[in-house]
Amino acid sequence: MSEIYNLTLCQIIEKIKSKEISCEEVTKSFVNRAGKSKKLNCYIEDTFDQALKKSKDQDNKFESDKKLFGAPIAVKDLFCTKGVQTTASSKMLEGFKPEYESTVTSKIWNEGANLLGKLNCDEYAMGSSNETSHFGNVINPYKNDKDLVPGGSSGGSASAVAACLTSATVGTDTGGSIRQPASFTGTVGLKPTYGRCSRWGIVAFASSLDQAGPMTKDVKDSALLLEVIAGHDDKDSTSAQNKVEPFSQKLKKDIKGLKIGIPKEYKIDGISKEILNLWEKGVEVVKSLGCDVKEISLPHTRYALPTYYIIAPAEASSNLARYDGVRYGFRAEGKDLIEMYENTRSLGFGDEVKRRILIGTYVLSSGYYDAYYLKAQRVRRLIKNDFDEAFKKIDTILTPTTPSSAFAIGENIDDPIAMYLNDVLTVPANLAGLPAISIPAGYDQNNLPLGLQLIGKPFDEHTVLNNAFAIEQSINFKSNFKDWWM
Amino acid sequence: MTITKNTVKKISKLSRIATNEKFEKNMIKDLNSILKFIEQLNEVKTDNVEPLASTVDQELIKREDKVSLMNKKKDILSNSPADNENFYVVPKVIE
Repeated sequence: MSEIYNLTLCQIIEKIKSKEISCEEVTKSFVNRAGKSKKLNCYIEDTFDQALKKSKDQDNKFESDKKLFGAPIAVKDLFCTKGVQTTASSKMLEGFKPEYESTVTSKIWNEGANLLGKLNCDEYAMGSSNETSHFGNVINPYKNDKDLVPGGSSGGSASAVAACLTSATVGTDTGGSIRQPASFTGTVGLKPTYGRCSRWGIVAFASSLDQAGPMTKDVKDSALLLEVIAGHDDKDSTSAQNKVEPFSQKLKKDIKGLKIGIPKEYKIDGISKEILNLWEKGVEVVKSLGCDVKEISLPHTRYALPTYYIIAPAEASSNLARYDGVRYGFRAEGKDLIEMYENTRSLGFGDEVKRRILIGTYVLSSGYYDAYYLKAQRVRRLIKNDFDEAFKKIDTILTPTTPSSAFAIGENIDDPIAMYLNDVLTVPANLAGLPAISIPAGYDQNNLPLGLQLIGKPFDEHTVLNNAFAIEQSINFKSNFKDWWM
Repeated sequence: MTITKNTVKKISKLSRIATNEKFEKNMIKDLNSILKFIEQLNEVKTDNVEPLASTVDQELIKREDKVSLMNKKKDILSNSPADNENFYVVPKVIE
């Protein structure tokens, strides 16, 4: 029999429910493998002992009606977990133990899953390579002659799913932080519609863009996890009241007649030939599945990234004002209150976080607010209008997820703009609040995975998932790295 | 616009982040390159376009106005770097 950790989330739950394998065996399988994979640096903190104990209890008290019964799940360290250190990968929050649980994670535990640990990410989810973490780089299980980044900010989550160190996970996506690392690691990552999942208890970055979502081995697992974590929450006034469908049960691979748009503006300068070939392959696949493919125009695409780099830092500078060295986390000494604040924030935050706080403060400051912040919000509307217009004629949009495959550690770290360009194809969906998924679709010449992205209409995750499922079944991507780190 | 040393000092002050020579030098370089990047938006005509602050297309849902007692003072204070007698402790503010 193949190892348990190689199974998908849905397969694991099915085998537990049919009593083919026990909850304890499942948890042991992931605990053993994660324990031997420290080199990838995915886990900031593990809760293996508690997970093992709970899995034993579960074998004695079987609850077959629970959707995730017995599944060991580690989560991005941006979700507050009651009594378990939550750091957002920042020195600022080292040692912070929330006295409450985020809504998304509590929904996961309510369906019978057990917390396996907290996964590394970029500091406060600010980064595209996981190199801004206070707890060190995460390593991608795919490598060439050098160690590669897993993408970011949900890099620990992506590497952990790819390397089978958790059965599935949840990440967060503000500008591509679920989809870009999924693409870099050959895994599936879904950013739901803004408002689909409650943001309560998630360490805030940019509140009008942040959204939690599944990161999994395949599309069906993402569908299952989405139906668990989605839904209105009284504690988040921006969470939507839309009905949550049983996405995983309604998955179907017949997408004949689906209208799919190919946005010509996504053929950006500097995009690699291999990415364009992959995109072409995606188009051929959906055509062969009977879809109606047409070129569309999203004229403001090239302004999405500059818009994002005004709005996201502006919101971040406000959200991160709370880290003052008084109520939680790190404190540096100072001769008076103000100096204590200044020293705390200077020593507690890393460089990328400080850059974003400063640029955010600048665009919100007196005299610049209209020229930058309001201007960006106006362009944001134009970007959303582009999508609204396009979706009158089509059901989904097919694009590559990233302009390149995973790059080497250190390659882009000294040039913020080069790093930001990683998110050029993922940011528009955040600005417009749309659901978008990345699925693995092939390899480049260095044997590194590449992803395709599907963007859907607001709250139409159902169509996005079906479309992704059909492509997945047709392409039949298989991960092919060796366990070189063990 | 250009970000100068004085701009970095001013926005660092507003952000309550202590600076030093090296930090200021690095930030002048980084922030100017970011600024140049975001100023691409000047090419876009936005007359009569309403700013979009959120994509949420529903009325804000109001909760029932009722009291809920949490009484988690001890738990909350346990995360504080310094506390005393159920209060947070900060450096002396009044002379």
